[in-house]
Amino acid sequence: MEELAAVFVARYNYWGVIILMGIGLYAMIAKTNMVKKIIGMNIFQTAIILFYISTAAKYGASIPIIAHGHGAQGHGIRAADYMNPLPHVLMLTAIVVSVATLGVALALAVRVYWNYDSLEEDEILNQIKAGQLNRK
Amino acid sequence: MKSIALTSVALLCAVLIYSTMGFPAWGDSDSPASTHVSDYYIENAVNDTAVPNLVTAVLADYRGYDTLFETTVVLIAGLACFFLLRRFKPRQPQHRLYRHIDTGITLIIEQGGKEPTDSEEFVRIDSRWVPYDLVIQQASCLVIPFLQLFALYVIAHGHHSPGGGFQGGVIFGATIILMAIANDLRSAARRVSERLGALMASAGVLIYAGIGALCILLGGSFLDYSALSKLFAFTPVMARSHGILGVEIGVAVAVSAVMIWIYYNLASAGRHEEGL
Repeated sequence: MEELAAVFVARYNYWGVIILMGIGLYAMIAKTNMVKKIIGMNIFQTAIILFYISTAAKYGASIPIIAHGHGAQGHGIRAADYMNPLPHVLMLTAIVVSVATLGVALALAVRVYWNYDSLEEDEILNQIKAGQLNRK
Repeated sequence: MKSIALTSVALLCAVLIYSTMGFPAWGDSDSPASTHVSDYYIENAVNDTAVPNLVTAVLADYRGYDTLFETTVVLIAGLACFFLLRRFKPRQPQHRLYRHIDTGITLIIEQGGKEPTDSEEFVRIDSRWVPYDLVIQQASCLVIPFLQLFALYVIAHGHHSPGGGFQGGVIFGATIILMAIANDLRSAARRVSERLGALMASAGVLIYAGIGALCILLGGSFLDYSALSKLFAFTPVMARSHGILGVEIGVAVAVSAVMIWIYYNLASAGRHEEGL
């Protein structure tokens, strides 16, 4: 039992990420509404962000800002005292880019709605098969 | 179809959860991600760049190329929204609504009728009725200046506390979006017009790339800010610190403008006339 608890404590961040990723992936595959697909994509992105951030953690470490760093020399800084800054950097940009891609995805959805008057995948497919593209 | 999706996703999750047994444990300081280059950043960033916030130092200095192109991606996303949605031909609505400010009376003016100009007395309101919400308008009026000041603080203080160009830029963009939500799209567009937004978005990327190019002109390599010490009276280490600040300002300008621009296009479906 204690072994199981130790495994859980050491790995639960990955499991949470994988479950979140599965939810996003399922929404992208199975949902027919385009906005729901976009929301699924965003959940997927959130899972990736969480994964990266959780790999940055170290036991007993503080945030990646050097304490009393202003004007001080960097001697005696131990890497184990500060969290890994690299995943934070990567995800900082990824969050902003994900917002921007969300905007583009929603813009594409608006364009699809203009052309087909629908956001449901099956209805759009039926319209394409029937060859009725109402250009506006 | 849904059952196939569910089983395949569940299978994938099961495989991934099984594979996590080989992953480094939570909080392990010897994990592959936290060794190699990360240790160099932590131990040498203050000596190299005089920036205590390691995230800022890595973002704008060690990984300057990455951030330059991330900013470009954000600009391209704004451009994509513009080209996908923007329509310049004004729609001719059935009627337009104006509110008489003193009395609160709403005027409906049919197409072809004489329309009052926006002035002290009349203000145009959206045709899908927007409530005249005094509390929200006044509260946002009170909050927005402080939010903008906070955004500037986050940008300028990114060297010493959590913050920087991306975060401050998004906060600044959010204040303008808050103004557009609390009032209407036109009152926000009077302050930050679409043209200004597009210019700011391009100018931000240009500031970033320009600082990089300036480093080449001064004899360094692209985005090697220590070359800036030849132009100004800095030590090379402080030149890197100030170069990071300049780059962060460029990022902030670009990101805030793109956020506003995307919101304008999405909220009004490209007409910039009546928004949310």
